[in-house]
Amino acid sequence: MSAADLSIAEAQAQLASGALSSVELTEAVLARASMTEAQLHSFLHIDHAGARAAAEAADSKIADGTGGSLAGIPIALKDNMVTEGIETTCSSKILSGWVPPYDGALSQAMKAADAVMVGKTNLDEFAMGSSTENSAFGTSRNPWDTDRVPGGSSGGSAVAVTIGSALGSFGSDTGGSIRQPASLCGIVGMKPTYGLVSRFGLIAFASSLDQIGPFSRTVQDSVSLLEAAAGPDKMDATSYKGAYPNFGGSLGKGVSGLRIGVVKEFGGEGQEAGVTARFDATVAALEAAGAEVLEVSLPHAKYSVSTYYLIAPAECSANLARFDGVRYGLRVDGETVEDMMRKTRAEGFGPEVTRRILLGTYALSAGYYDAFYGQARRLRTLVIRDFATAYETCDVLVSPTSPTTAFKIGERSQDPLAMYLSDIYTIPSNLAGHPAISVPVGSDDLGLPVGFQIMAPALGEEMMYQVADAVETLMGRSPMPVLSEVAS
Amino acid sequence: MSNWESVIGIEIHIELSTKSKMFCGCAVNFDSPPNTNVCMVCLGMPGALPVPNQQALEWISQIGLALNCKITENTTFARKNYFYADQPKNYQISQAEGPVAVGGYLDIQVDGEEPHRVFIERAHMEEDTGKSTHVGSTGRIDSAEETLMDFNRAGTPLVEIVTTPSIKTGAQARVYAQKIRETVLALGVSDVKLEEGSMRFDSNISVNRPGEELGTKVEVKNMNSFRSLERATDFEIARQIAALEAEERLVQETRHWNEETQQSKSMRSKEGSSDYRYFTEPDMVPMVLDSEWVGRAQAALPELPHERQARYEELGLDAHAASVIVGLEPAYGLVLEEAVGAKADVRLVGNWLTQDVTAWARSEERTLDSSHLTGTGLAELAEMVSGGKLSATAAKKTLAGVLEGEGTPGEVATARDLIQMDDLGAIEAVVDGLIAEHPDDFARLVAGDGRVTGFFVGQAMRATGGKADPKVVNHILRDRASV
Amino acid sequence: MTSCGYCALFLVLVLVLVLVVLGAVNSVPMAIEIDIAHVARLARLGIPEEELAAYGEQLEVILEHAAAVQGADTEGVKPTAHPLGITNAFRQDEVRPSLDRAAVLEQGPDTTDEYFRVPPAMETE
Repeated sequence: MSAADLSIAEAQAQLASGALSSVELTEAVLARASMTEAQLHSFLHIDHAGARAAAEAADSKIADGTGGSLAGIPIALKDNMVTEGIETTCSSKILSGWVPPYDGALSQAMKAADAVMVGKTNLDEFAMGSSTENSAFGTSRNPWDTDRVPGGSSGGSAVAVTIGSALGSFGSDTGGSIRQPASLCGIVGMKPTYGLVSRFGLIAFASSLDQIGPFSRTVQDSVSLLEAAAGPDKMDATSYKGAYPNFGGSLGKGVSGLRIGVVKEFGGEGQEAGVTARFDATVAALEAAGAEVLEVSLPHAKYSVSTYYLIAPAECSANLARFDGVRYGLRVDGETVEDMMRKTRAEGFGPEVTRRILLGTYALSAGYYDAFYGQARRLRTLVIRDFATAYETCDVLVSPTSPTTAFKIGERSQDPLAMYLSDIYTIPSNLAGHPAISVPVGSDDLGLPVGFQIMAPALGEEMMYQVADAVETLMGRSPMPVLSEVAS
Repeated sequence: MSNWESVIGIEIHIELSTKSKMFCGCAVNFDSPPNTNVCMVCLGMPGALPVPNQQALEWISQIGLALNCKITENTTFARKNYFYADQPKNYQISQAEGPVAVGGYLDIQVDGEEPHRVFIERAHMEEDTGKSTHVGSTGRIDSAEETLMDFNRAGTPLVEIVTTPSIKTGAQARVYAQKIRETVLALGVSDVKLEEGSMRFDSNISVNRPGEELGTKVEVKNMNSFRSLERATDFEIARQIAALEAEERLVQETRHWNEETQQSKSMRSKEGSSDYRYFTEPDMVPMVLDSEWVGRAQAALPELPHERQARYEELGLDAHAASVIVGLEPAYGLVLEEAVGAKADVRLVGNWLTQDVTAWARSEERTLDSSHLTGTGLAELAEMVSGGKLSATAAKKTLAGVLEGEGTPGEVATARDLIQMDDLGAIEAVVDGLIAEHPDDFARLVAGDGRVTGFFVGQAMRATGGKADPKVVNHILRDRASV
Repeated sequence: MTSCGYCALFLVLVLVLVLVVLGAVNSVPMAIEIDIAHVARLARLGIPEEELAAYGEQLEVILEHAAAVQGADTEGVKPTAHPLGITNAFRQDEVRPSLDRAAVLEQGPDTTDEYFRVPPAMETE
């Protein structure tokens, strides 16, 4: 067994005991990446030299006991997170070759924790998509079936952890972009409460919805990664500066006596039988373990996709206006500055990004604001109220993470609306700013992973992880894809 | 002109003199080399986030209170979306609904007119843009080959003050803008230098016949002085009236004022307003400016211009002199107050400050601050005049000497030999001597020709080296003539 | 005018009134038609003419779906600014180091030693 197959907790134990060095661990991970990248294309950039240097430095610190919380652990960052001196592209032609002169908050946090950054992972361009097919640099592939998508937009980060090209990674979740790929790849992925992880250095898609979160193979690892990433940040005005939850404080406590709400609206139509089967089995297991299972309703859930597809594009249309060829990134020459901007943006942005900018511009424009964007913002409040009502009778809410398992590459890429509906169970948590996690709970008849989503109230990470941990214990830790199948 | 009403609204932009920018920690400095006060935030780099400057919010609250506005308790920033190379994010962080200050007023008075109340619709917080330099054959925008961008100014805190259309003439517009400048200077929140762009104004003008609805509104920009604000506004009123009287249709547009040609030119058509697609800024959180906040801002207000004006008038200064001193640098007020404290004649001091000292400052390109004049000095000077030691003319010369650093008034007057003769006998002797020398002229004086008095007074001044008090000479002459 | 004429006039006025009322109640047209060229201009996207129509159609489909939000009753509901209700996130007025100019200009597609260079602006916003 390669060190690349270790969980973070297992690796930390071996690093602490001296059975393993970070350099060895990092080499194993880099070797895994070399072996699989041609097939899976999860990375846009692997920093071999930087990773090795960081591993050596981590080993010294581990030796003298001064290592940070993730000392020596190889991790990967989604390429929409600014890393100083390392190309950051958002999988877009418009930022191809852009080397940031500053470091984002997460990158700084990982350095402070003495983690080893392996590289930057592939994503749907500017985090817009649910399959990673919208990357300008080629799609990533699902390690369980390389003809299928890994999910998106954080597909690359999910694949890296799934296959062992990193022990943990970070993605961003705006409408489900961490949880859905985690579900489709059979790993753990979570989105924290809005405001717990700084967005400084996260290249914005939809400012009021974006959150950075970890991918890992176990729930414990997820806690470790989140602890290293979360914290107040003066550089982010939306950052939470109050009391932070004790994320892992209730691991191992089980679910006896907890009230688990099954969301009525997240079922039925569009949900694959294989997904339903695994979901039902998980709920049954929780009940058998002592949880009280109730049915709850989120009446405004039916508006959540529409609401999301008005708010997110509106915010992104403004967030992406800065890409104009003046100060950085791609420039296509023009006779006038307006001409230059138009040409640069037309050439630099892919179709999905273009679509969402157009959509957002329209939704905000004179005459339409109130009926579309204004209404969507008011609907968010109603979604929050729905959750509040549900949490009067429940501790957590559950649903499948995604209505389907991994779909085939190309299957939905021509139908934007079908693609948008992949996020139907994940979007409400983004609208509310609540934490949610996807835990793998087995696979369907084709062997494709199914994810189980647990949602908690704002700042409810401790309870969320408590239930996630129980699910992992009850349903078993997800296996890793068998290498030989992948390498062929 | 009398069968038309003119409707004017003024927008004033004021750069605050905070140490750092509105949303990032870059320094605010007009003189820095290009692109040396920039960072990921004010350059609009990917992943950057704005965090608002608390000092700027406190200062705009003070501006609002000084303009009798209500401070909005729940206020937010908004994105104003438009593409322009000097706007790094291609949106400006500004305020749309619920700006910091709303519903105020400023009372103004044009010389020779009745007081007039200008209503302030709002004052809101926003960020300034970068600067473009157009490089081409003539350096003008319409012949440019390329444009050079400097983002030092991008992100500087900017307060926008918008009036309702409650201004009627160019003169009112000028006085309003001047009073805003005085007020902001008094608050100490901006250096409001037109020449550096820390204060800028735009004028919105329409005309209509009385009783009819408002006419087409035209925006005029590029007025770089208070005088050009007045002239450009009056020009536009006249232009619109002439056009309408000739039955031409007016276009809603923006026009640029050209100070050289004293005319405005159309820049672009504002058919309908631009679609700025305002929405609440999601990268920041709401600001609650509660009663405690407002109380602190109120307590921090210094004495405002109209309050100072009233106080000076109570001291005995006439309204005009009081208003001039209020509009000058703070040194003038301090010197006046010091002089009054030393029991000086306030009218004398007021005249010297508003006329002689300002003239000296202008011609020597100096400031009162940098001179050796103090309030105590002025009080001494006034005492010498009241006490008959110096004539009015001699006092002016003495003052000039004091400003140049030659010494105290007493020292200067003595050194320059300006002190009036106080020996009545000696003056009488001089006058008698002159009468003897010019018998024909004296005869005309006796006959009632008042003009000859000036001749004798002039002669007496020459004979005494300017040291005879003309009033005393006059008195003696009348005395001799009536014999 | 004949009495018949008055009748017709009256009916036309009623029809206009009905249409006005309907228009006021339904602030968005039934079928969504988008001036896609105008939207692309606002967003400074130089999409080739032949692609514009396709984008327009896609947008119309998505918006017709998104228009479902209008079915929700949001009377009296206010938007939520931040899920944790954070307010007054300020920074102090302190100067922090700026980025090094050379590093900044290195990012630029076209620069001098001191400035970013762009082609001249012809249109204005």
